[in-house]
Amino acid sequence: MSTDIKNKIKIQAENVNFYYGKHHAIKNLNINIYDNKVTAFIGPSGCGKSTFLRMLNKMNDLVPNTRAEGSLIFEGQNILEKKIDVVSIRKKVGMVFQKPNPFPKSIYQNIAYGLEVNGIKDKNFIREKVEDSLKKAALWNEVKERLHTSALMLSGGQQQRLCIARCLAVEPHVILFDEPCASLDPISTAKVEELILELKKYYTIVIVTHNMQQAARVSDYTAFMYLGELIECDKTEVIFTIPKEEKTEQYLSGKFG
Amino acid sequence: MYNGKEKFIKLIFTVLAFSSLLFLLGIIVVLFKESFPILKNIKIFDFIFGIHWYPTHEPPEYGILPLITASFWVTLGAMIVCIPLGIGSALYINELASPRQKQILKPTIEILAGIPSIVFGFFGMLIVAPFLQNLFNIPTGLCAFTASLVLGIMAIPTVTSLAEDALSFVPKSFKEASYALGANRWQTLVKVIIPASMSGISTSIILGMSRIVGETMTVLMVSGGSAIIPKSIFDPVRPMTSTIAAEMGESAVGSEHYHALFAIGLILFLITLIFNVIAEHISKKHRVKLGLNR
Amino acid sequence: MKQKIYQILGFSIITACVVITLFFLASIIYLITVKGFHSISWEFLTSIPRKSMTEGGVAPAILGTFYLVIGSILIALPLGVACAIYLNEYSPTGYMVNIIRMSINNLAGVPSVVFGLFGLAVFVNLFGFGVSILSGSLTLAMLILPSIISASQEALMAVPYSIREASLALGATHWQTIKKTVLPTAMPGIMTGVILSIGRAAGETAPILFTAATFYRRSYPSSILDETMALPYHIYALMTEGTHPDKQVAIAYGCALILLVLVLLVSAFAIIIRNKYRSGYVH
Repeated sequence: MSTDIKNKIKIQAENVNFYYGKHHAIKNLNINIYDNKVTAFIGPSGCGKSTFLRMLNKMNDLVPNTRAEGSLIFEGQNILEKKIDVVSIRKKVGMVFQKPNPFPKSIYQNIAYGLEVNGIKDKNFIREKVEDSLKKAALWNEVKERLHTSALMLSGGQQQRLCIARCLAVEPHVILFDEPCASLDPISTAKVEELILELKKYYTIVIVTHNMQQAARVSDYTAFMYLGELIECDKTEVIFTIPKEEKTEQYLSGKFG
Repeated sequence: MYNGKEKFIKLIFTVLAFSSLLFLLGIIVVLFKESFPILKNIKIFDFIFGIHWYPTHEPPEYGILPLITASFWVTLGAMIVCIPLGIGSALYINELASPRQKQILKPTIEILAGIPSIVFGFFGMLIVAPFLQNLFNIPTGLCAFTASLVLGIMAIPTVTSLAEDALSFVPKSFKEASYALGANRWQTLVKVIIPASMSGISTSIILGMSRIVGETMTVLMVSGGSAIIPKSIFDPVRPMTSTIAAEMGESAVGSEHYHALFAIGLILFLITLIFNVIAEHISKKHRVKLGLNR
Repeated sequence: MKQKIYQILGFSIITACVVITLFFLASIIYLITVKGFHSISWEFLTSIPRKSMTEGGVAPAILGTFYLVIGSILIALPLGVACAIYLNEYSPTGYMVNIIRMSINNLAGVPSVVFGLFGLAVFVNLFGFGVSILSGSLTLAMLILPSIISASQEALMAVPYSIREASLALGATHWQTIKKTVLPTAMPGIMTGVILSIGRAAGETAPILFTAATFYRRSYPSSILDETMALPYHIYALMTEGTHPDKQVAIAYGCALILLVLVLLVSAFAIIIRNKYRSGYVH
């Protein structure tokens, strides 16, 4: 693991372990995630990368029979502690899921939702925020004429950008992407990737992907995980050109996957 | 993980959920408690196998075999009416109906399943019974045969609707595979689709049977009401449900008769419970077999 | 060739089945409509019975059925939906929930007359509510509770897990997620279950036989502790009690038609709602 002193650490994981019942899904993971950078997690299915991502905004709490150990410091707080207020963590750490999951409500209501549940009632503020978020997610021009139609009428790629806009409206500090392009066509994928590059100016981004080219295109740092362990994490150009570990090289050259 | 308000809301739901469960489970407790006293005076064997039901005689006799026999024959007769017609209709809707017919027939059958039993009883008493009385030249139209016929018709929509659900769960690939081997539609239906949905069809039959056994108003109105073991299908009979409905109003609360009626209720409850458990067991296995288990 | 004959024969038989079934059911509806139609008039619907049930209207019975249905829904709806929410959203999954789910399924098949017995023992006698609208509503509520719970549970289960995650990931609390996302999405399914239960509660006779119903009242019920007339029971009573069978039959036909129209309309409405929303949100 390399430490980069020029960058500010946003999330620091120390000896993180995670269990689904008896299954040891994440083993002694140590990593730093830097502010305003894109960190990509790659690795074969079942390597624990999505599990780790879901630990960052406490989504694993919803799965019964799970247990986490170690420390995961986010903005000075260990979020693995039992007493932590999960709702406030989730407000600061937004998430975009593998499949677009808009609510069966209008486009407008989808974006306003996060604001409303956080107690914001000012209609004008919400309206501005909806427009602003849709613009940031590069969706505004496509939907500004039909904000009050159902979000389910949008195409898959548009739905995914809507989910990104919905996440931005809450003003998170970190955005997690869980294989955001897994169910999208190449054109929609390109749009989402472009968006990620734009968003990293303002946010810390963590992305899990199956697609190594995607990691190479969008990320500043890449972490390779295998069977629950972090094998290697470094600047993306380093990982993809001169990986230190044999396993990483084998995976990147397609020897297993 | 939750703050105070969230905890409070969860508590409300827990309390409401458990109070409704408590009420529902209370049925079992009450049935046992209220039927227990009768067993102090009468041996359970004499109660179930006694052939005389004279609750208002002096001394009274509480043998429910005539009532059980009546329920049994009426149910059997109703099943003979409703299985072929119910399943046949389901096969028609699933296999022969055009998409447009299906679109109309399926909801129509479901809506007809909601016709109240009192309406069937009323219809049976006023129209079916006199008609059969003339047709067969029998002393009364209010008899086991009429009850079976009316109950059978009543249960058709339930059976059809459930059986059609089972048929439509059969994956299309089964059908295509059979066609590809040169089987015609009828062969495919009989050799592939029906066997594949057999457990679903049996479930529909058992649930239909459960509905017939527990049906009260229809039998009360058309079965004739004599508590004797029937010798012919045209004899008037008094099944268990109609005994409870007809006599509860006359029995004094807490009397032997009252407890005897609760004991009949308990037996009815146990019979339908067994049917439901069997149906649930079969349908669970069925879902596993077709890979539909969610 | 032989196979072809089998096919023609088989298809003829199942076509005959559906024709016979529809003939029976249609003739019931037809005869009741034709014979009941003569009895129906504005007076029949709005006035009280006269001359020991041989003349006048059936307004108290219509109103009584209305009271019983409203009462039972008021009790069963909150309890049933809360129970479904608890089972589906709050309770940990596992053995206990499976047992509860199974007992609810089984209670849905218990004969209605057994619910009547329960109502008699508990509401009428133990709680001392007597033969009253309250006892009848409680008994009917018990009867429809299992179906409301399972319909609601099914509707909640059909809400994709992903939109619960989406809501929680935006910082919504558990309850906000249920209230603002899960319940609105499940609402059409829950409503279908509730409306079907309304039809069932309106048509059931056996549960109110010993808990609420009376053959004849001169006045409308004035409190929930009064006994009441009710349409389905009224049909039964007209056919089995009273002294002028010929005149009573005409009134009974009228009642049967009102009940039939009421119940069929209600269940048609429920099924339309369900079919409209069935494929609404597939993820």
